[in-house]
Amino acid sequence: MSWLDRLFKRKTPSKNVAKERLQLVLRHDRMKLPPGLLAALKDDLIRVISNYVEIDEAGISVELNERNSRRSLVASIPVVGTRRKKD
Amino acid sequence: MTSGKGGVGKTTATANVGAALAALGNRVVLVDADIGLRNLDVVLGLENRIVYDLVDVIDGYCRLKQALIRDKRFEGLYLLPAAQTKDKAAVNPEQMRQLVNELKELELGDETETPRQFDYVVIDSPAGIEQGFRNAISGADRAFIVTTPEISAVRDADRIIGLLEAEELRRPQLIINRLRPGMVRSGDMMGIEDMIDILAVDLLGVVPEDDGIVISTNRGVPVAGDASSRAGRAYRNIARRITGEDVPLMDLEKKDSFFGRLGQILRFRG
Repeated sequence: MSWLDRLFKRKTPSKNVAKERLQLVLRHDRMKLPPGLLAALKDDLIRVISNYVEIDEAGISVELNERNSRRSLVASIPVVGTRRKKD
Repeated sequence: MTSGKGGVGKTTATANVGAALAALGNRVVLVDADIGLRNLDVVLGLENRIVYDLVDVIDGYCRLKQALIRDKRFEGLYLLPAAQTKDKAAVNPEQMRQLVNELKELELGDETETPRQFDYVVIDSPAGIEQGFRNAISGADRAFIVTTPEISAVRDADRIIGLLEAEELRRPQLIINRLRPGMVRSGDMMGIEDMIDILAVDLLGVVPEDDGIVISTNRGVPVAGDASSRAGRAYRNIARRITGEDVPLMDLEKKDSFFGRLGQILRFRG
């Protein structure tokens, strides 16, 4: 089937999709933090940080990381301006 | 949806029966009763949308509606995910019965739709015969047993049938999964009649072994939505029989046409 794949420029093989989904789901399972709650956490982060600096909301990523069995929450928050003006 | 033995395809069957029932125009909620070993979410491809789960609802940590996830691909299909962090003991049969009753009475609607109740509540039971199984069947009105043509699976199905009858869930119906017609023909696999003969239950449907199931599970897309898939067609037939329609068993002997196979390849890979 691989020549067919190349001929039609197939999207990612399903086993790669499975592996990626599995890795993501396991990170959430191990940290006992379902993806939907991580999304809520991200919204809270945006709200709190926006009180201090102006940020680019679209560019924010909040991810669960796992390296050498050390789990961490990694947030990347692009800052657009400095402290917001007090209204 | 229960089986006794694990790994026979209960969760896949639940996902596909649910998707097929929804495709027929029904409002369906799938309940993952396998607390601690959540899996219906990944089979349906809804794992990234989970905020609350069944145990959160039972503990009063959120409202029932908040824990329901709407499947955007199948109109009318919803999931109530299991908890992943707790275990079976987090729920008792009485709580489960109440939850199912609440689901039966719940009216869901949005801007475009008038509120409507669920037509079907499909409960995915965990393997085994202990509390998780007891919880799963406590709210059920009908039981479907999934088995495969293996001695171990059929034996466990028989045990489950006995337990269901003791719980007043009479006349359970059988789904034979992963049947390989070629092996049945050559006498190397038990056939439909053999299993019905042994278990003495009504047959709901037969799902042939289908590589497409592996691929669809990899992607988190139920095969019931795939017109060219044989397993998908089997599940669509099963859904129609559940609604009361009289649908003959599909011809398992018929070989797929070249174009049917090509369609399957293109759909799954493309």
